[in-house]
Amino acid sequence: MSTFVDIVASVGLWAAVLRIATPLIFGTLGALLCERAGVLNLGIEGIMTFGAMVGWLAVYHGADLWTGLLVAALAGAVFGLLHAALTVTLGLSQHVSGLGVTLFASSFSYYLFRLIVPLAGSPPTIVPFAPVSVPGLAGLPFVGPVLSAQTPPTYLAVLLALLLAYVVFRTPLGLAIRMTGENPHAAEAQGVNPMAVRYGAVIAGSALMAVGGAFLTLSAFNSFFPTMVQGRGWICIALVVFASWRPGRALFGALLFAFFDAFQLRLQTAVDGVPYQVFLMTPYILSILALCVMARRARVPQALMQPYRRGER
Amino acid sequence: MRFERREHRPLALIVLTPLLAVAAALALSGLLIAAAGAPVLEAYWRILVGAFGSRLSATETLTRATPLMLTGLAAAVAFRARVWNIGGEGQFYLGAIAVAAVGSQLLAGAPGYLSMPLLLLAGAVAGMILLIIPLWLRLRFSVDEVVTSLLLNFVAVLVVSMLIDGPLKDPLAFGWPQSQSVPDAAMLPKLMARSRLHWGFGIALVLAFVVHFVQSRTVFGLKSRAAGLSPEGAVFAGVPLARTLLFVACLSGGLAGLAGAVEVMGVKGYVTTDLSPGFGYSGIVVAMLAGLHPLGVVLAALFTATMFVGADGMSRALKIPTYIADVTVALSLITMLVAVFFAQYRIRR
Repeated sequence: MSTFVDIVASVGLWAAVLRIATPLIFGTLGALLCERAGVLNLGIEGIMTFGAMVGWLAVYHGADLWTGLLVAALAGAVFGLLHAALTVTLGLSQHVSGLGVTLFASSFSYYLFRLIVPLAGSPPTIVPFAPVSVPGLAGLPFVGPVLSAQTPPTYLAVLLALLLAYVVFRTPLGLAIRMTGENPHAAEAQGVNPMAVRYGAVIAGSALMAVGGAFLTLSAFNSFFPTMVQGRGWICIALVVFASWRPGRALFGALLFAFFDAFQLRLQTAVDGVPYQVFLMTPYILSILALCVMARRARVPQALMQPYRRGER
Repeated sequence: MRFERREHRPLALIVLTPLLAVAAALALSGLLIAAAGAPVLEAYWRILVGAFGSRLSATETLTRATPLMLTGLAAAVAFRARVWNIGGEGQFYLGAIAVAAVGSQLLAGAPGYLSMPLLLLAGAVAGMILLIIPLWLRLRFSVDEVVTSLLLNFVAVLVVSMLIDGPLKDPLAFGWPQSQSVPDAAMLPKLMARSRLHWGFGIALVLAFVVHFVQSRTVFGLKSRAAGLSPEGAVFAGVPLARTLLFVACLSGGLAGLAGAVEVMGVKGYVTTDLSPGFGYSGIVVAMLAGLHPLGVVLAALFTATMFVGADGMSRALKIPTYIADVTVALSLITMLVAVFFAQYRIRR
C-alpha cells in the first residue's frame, strides 16, 4: 500500500502526467473541433504520425523547434483538407475516409522518412524543447518542480483547451460550429455556410492533431520511429466521447487518462510477478471502459457522421 | 456545382471503377517514385516481375494473398451489414495464438486429420470472440464499434506478446519471444512442391465462393444486407437485428481469426508479434477495392499481395523504401472511394 502512496506523492509522477497528457490534449481538442462541426475524423492516428515525422524532419534540417511545430500544423491542415474534400464535398462514409487518410498519412510518413533519412544503426536525433520554469510558479512547493519539468508546448496545450472552450461556447463562430454539428439545415437557414464551417473545423482540427504528434518527436522524445504514435489517436477519439464534446472536460479527461498511464508505468517497476504487458494494456482497456460509461450519457452532436447536401434532406 | 445521382449504372462503369481507381493510385504513387529520382515505369515493371517473374515469386505472391483474402472477406461481410470491424488485425493475432496454444498443448500428439480441422476451428472461434465484444458493447451501451475494435487490436497483440513471453514461450528459441510450434502433423500440406504455397490458399478461395453464396442466396445474407442498408427498416420488416448482427460478427471475426490460423499452420508454424505486416488493416482496403463483393476480394487481395511482394525486390534495386507498397495500397482505398462516388453521381452545374 505504501508503494501506491509513494508513487502518487512523487513529483516525477505528476511531471509525467502533464507530459503524457500533452499530445492527448492536442489530439482530443482537434478531434473534438471536427466532431462539433459534424465530421468524425479517424484520420487522426495517421495525421499525428505525419505531424511527428514532418516536424522532426524540419528541425533535423535546421529549422527551429517552433517552426517545426508550425510545419507539422500546416501538414496536418493539408490532410484535413483531404478528409474534408472526401467527407464534406463528396459526402463519403466518414469512417472509411478517415481510415483511408490514416493509412495514407502513416505509410506516406514512413516512406518520406526512410527516403530522406536512410536506415542507420542508431536513429538520428535533434535537440528537443527544454523545460521552462515560469517565474512565480517555480518557487511553489511540489507544484513548482512539477511545472518546471514541462516544456512550452504543454503550456500551449492547456491554454488552447481554455481558448477552445471560450470559442465554442461564447463566440458567434462557436455557435456556427455547434449549429452545423447539430443541424446543418437550420444553420444554413440562419445564414451560416455549413460546408465552409465543416471545412474550417476539419482543417483546423487536423492541424491540432498534427501538433500533438509533433510534440512526441520535438519534446517527449528526440527522434522519429515508425509506429511511435501507438494508438494515441484512437485514444483521443475515445476521450472526445468521454469529454461529452466539451473542451474543458477534454482537458480533464486527458489529464485523468495520463495519470493512469503514468501510474501504471511506475507500478510496472514496483510490482513483481505481473507481466508488463498487463500494465501496457490498461490505457486501451480504460479507454473502452470510459466509452461504455459515457456513451449513453453523452450528448452526441446530432448531425455527426451525416453528410450535408444543399437542398437534400 | 452539384452532384446528381445517376439513373442507371451501365455494367461497364461498375467493372471500370476499380480499374480506374487502381490506375489513379498507381499514377499518384508514381509521382512519389519520381520524386525519389527513380524511373517510374521501370519501378512498376520490377514490381510485376518481382511478384510474378518466376515460379518462386508467383507462389510467394499467392501465399501472401491467402491471409489477405481471408481478412478482406472478414471486412467485406462486416461492412455489408454496417458492422464496422476494424479489429481484423487483433482477430488475426488471436486466431494465430489460439492455434499455437491448442496445437502445442492439447493436440500435440493428435493425427493430422483430427488436429487440422480442430485448430482451424480454434482460430476462427478466437477471432469471433474478439469481435463479439465490440458488437455487444454497441448493442448494450451504444458505443461505436470502430473505436473499440481498433483499441482491442492493441490489447490482442499485447495478450499474444504476454503468452509467447510466458506460458507458451518456446524454450528452444534462444530467449526470443516466440511461441511453441504447431506439431508437423497439424501443418497444412503444401499445394505445390518446392514452394511455400499451402492449402490455406484453397481454403480461402473456397470460402470466397461460400461467402458469396451465403450473401446472395440465403435468408441470412438477405437479413445481413437489410441490416446494413437500413437497421430501422430491417427491424420493421421483422429482421431480428441483434441476432443477425451477432451472426455477422461471428462470420467476420471467424474469417479474420482463420486468417491468423492459416498463416501459422501454412507458413510459420509458430507465432511472433511480427507475424502480420498489417494483414488486418490491409484487409479493409482489399474489401473496399472489391466493392465488398466476396469474389472481388480474391482479385483485390491478389493486387495487394502483388504490390507487397513486388515492392521488396524493386526497392532493393532502385533504392526506394518498401513503404511505397503501403502508400499505393492506402491511396487505392482513397481513389476507390472517390471512383465509386463518381460511378453513382454525375456533376451538374
